[in-house]
Amino acid sequence: MNMSSKPVLLYGGILLVGIFLPLVFPAFQTQISMMWMMVTFALTWDILGGRMGYNSFGNIVFFGVGMYAAASVQHELYFDVGQFEVISDQFNLQLTSEKYVFGLALGSIVGAGICVVLAWILGSGILALRGQYFAICTLGLGVAVGEFAGTIDYIGAGSGMSAPVFPQAMGSSGLFYSYYFFILMGFTFFALKWLYSTRFGLAINAIRDDEDKAEAMGLHTTRYKTLAWCVAAFFLSFAGAGFGHLNGFIDPLDVAFPGATFGVWMVLMAILGGKGTLWGPVIGAVVFHVTQEFFWSTLLGWQRVALGLMIVIVVVFFPLGIMGWVREKWPERFGHTLEEKS
Amino acid sequence: MALLLEVKGVSKSFGGVVANHDISIEVPEGKIIGLIGPNGSGKTTLFNSIVGYHPLDNGTIQFEGREISNLVVPQIARLGLLRTFQQTRIYGKMTCVQNMQISVPHRNTGIAHMFAKFTPEVNEKADHLLEFVGLFSKRHLMAGDLSFGQQKLLEFAMALMNDPKLLLLDEPTAGINPTLINGLIDRLKRANADFGITLLVIEHNMRVIMNLAEHIYCLAHGEMLAEGVPTEIQNDQRVIDAYLGAH
Repeated sequence: MNMSSKPVLLYGGILLVGIFLPLVFPAFQTQISMMWMMVTFALTWDILGGRMGYNSFGNIVFFGVGMYAAASVQHELYFDVGQFEVISDQFNLQLTSEKYVFGLALGSIVGAGICVVLAWILGSGILALRGQYFAICTLGLGVAVGEFAGTIDYIGAGSGMSAPVFPQAMGSSGLFYSYYFFILMGFTFFALKWLYSTRFGLAINAIRDDEDKAEAMGLHTTRYKTLAWCVAAFFLSFAGAGFGHLNGFIDPLDVAFPGATFGVWMVLMAILGGKGTLWGPVIGAVVFHVTQEFFWSTLLGWQRVALGLMIVIVVVFFPLGIMGWVREKWPERFGHTLEEKS
Repeated sequence: MALLLEVKGVSKSFGGVVANHDISIEVPEGKIIGLIGPNGSGKTTLFNSIVGYHPLDNGTIQFEGREISNLVVPQIARLGLLRTFQQTRIYGKMTCVQNMQISVPHRNTGIAHMFAKFTPEVNEKADHLLEFVGLFSKRHLMAGDLSFGQQKLLEFAMALMNDPKLLLLDEPTAGINPTLINGLIDRLKRANADFGITLLVIEHNMRVIMNLAEHIYCLAHGEMLAEGVPTEIQNDQRVIDAYLGAH
C-alpha cells in the first residue's frame, strides 16, 4: 500500500477541510487563506527548486507583479486612475459584487499573462546561469523589483496603492479568499501533478540530475527551463492577485515584494516538506504556517527566534525534509515503488 | 559508401596547449570506426569538437554533407549525432525507465510534445532496449544506485533510445569487468548491424578495438599518427612506439 492507493479518501478529506475549516473557525479565515497561499508558494517554488535543481530566490517577483496587475485592472475598469491618484483619500473604492468579482477575475488573468511573458523574458536571460550564480541573480532580481516598483507613479510608487474594498453584500472577505486560495491551491496541485507525469516533468528532472547530459541528448534545455519558470509565474501571479485584494493595501516592499519573508519562506517550506516530492511542499507549507502562527501567539517577542531554531533543527536532523524522512523511515509505505503499476 | 561524418583539418588549442592539430577523419555510413591513442593524445577533445562542445580554431566538420561546426551541442544531438561520456553520465535520481523515456529523440519536439505523456510505443521501446543491455530486471531502480558498469550499459541504452545515426562512444568498456566486456562488444556490433547505427569508438582496450573496428585512426600528441585496418595499425611501428612512450 502506498499513498496513492486511497486517493479518493485523501482528496475528499482535504476538500472537506477546505470547505468547512473557514466556516468552523471564522476568526481564522485570513490565516486559513494564507495557509493555502503558502502551499501554493511552496508548490510553485518546488518546480524550479526541487524538480529542476534551480534555487530561485526571485519567484516573489511574479507574486508582486500579479498583485499590482490585478489591482490596476480593477482601477482601470471602474475608476479614472488619474483622478484616483489625486484624491485617493476621499475616493470611494466601493464596487458592486459583480463588478468586484469580474474585475478580480479579469485582473488575475491579465496579471498571469503578464507574469508568464515576464518569466519568459527574464528566464531567457538568466536561466543560462547555473547553480549559485542563478540563485544570486534571482536574489538580486527580487530586491531590485521592489525598489523599482517604488518608483512607478502609476501604481502609487512608494506610498502604495489600494485594492477595491470588498463589497459588503458578499459577506466575509476572509471566507471568500479562503475559497479563492483553496481553489488556487487545488488547481496548482493537480496541474503540477499532471505536468510532472509528462515529458516536461522528466525533462526538468533530467536537467536537475545532469544538465550537460541533457544537452548532449538533444533536449531543448533552455525552452524547458523557461517554460518551468513560466508555470511557476502563472500560479504565483494568481496568489498575488488574491493577496493584494485580501490585504486591501499594496505596498511595494512589505506586501507586493516581501523577499525577506514570503520570498524566503517559499524556499523553507519546500525544503521543510521535502523538495522534489509532490506532497512535500504541501505538508511543509501547512506545518510551517501553523507552527509560525502558533509561535506568534504563544511566544510573542521570540516568535522569529523559535522559527529560526525550528529551521536549524529541520536542516540538521531532517535534511531531506518531512517527506524524505518519512520515505526513509517507512519505505514500504511511502517509498519509491519497485513493482509495476497497473 | 556515403560519408556520414567528415572531419577536415580540425585544430583546437587551449591556451598554449595544442590538443588537436590538423586532424582529418572520415566515417562512412554503417561502419564501426576506431579512434585510439595514448592518454592525452587529444581523442576526447576531438569528440568534443565534433559534438559542438567548443568552437574550432580551424577546420570543418560535416555531418551528412552539412556543416555542423557552427552549431551547439543540443542542435547537433538533434541531427542524430550523439556521444556518450568517458565519465558515465546518467540521470541519477530518476529510475532506469525514466532515464530511457526522456532519451527519446527530440528532433521534432513542439510545445504539444513537451506536455504530452509518453506513448505506449515509447515505453515498449524502453523496455526492449533495457532488455537488450540486460538491465530489464533493474528498470525501476534509481539509476544512481546502479553499479558503474551497469550505468555504462544504461547510458548506452539511452543513446540507442535516441535513434542516432552516428554514435560517438568514449571508452565504452572502461571500468567494465572482463566477462561483461565480451557481451558489450557483441551488443555494440548488434547496434551497428541491427539498428543501423554508425559507431565512432574511442577505446584503450586493444583487444576490444581490434575486434570491433573496421578502420582505426591513431592519434598522438594531438596529431594524426596513423590510420588503417586493425592489422596495419597493430603492426605499425609508430603506433607501438607511441604507446610505449618513444615520442
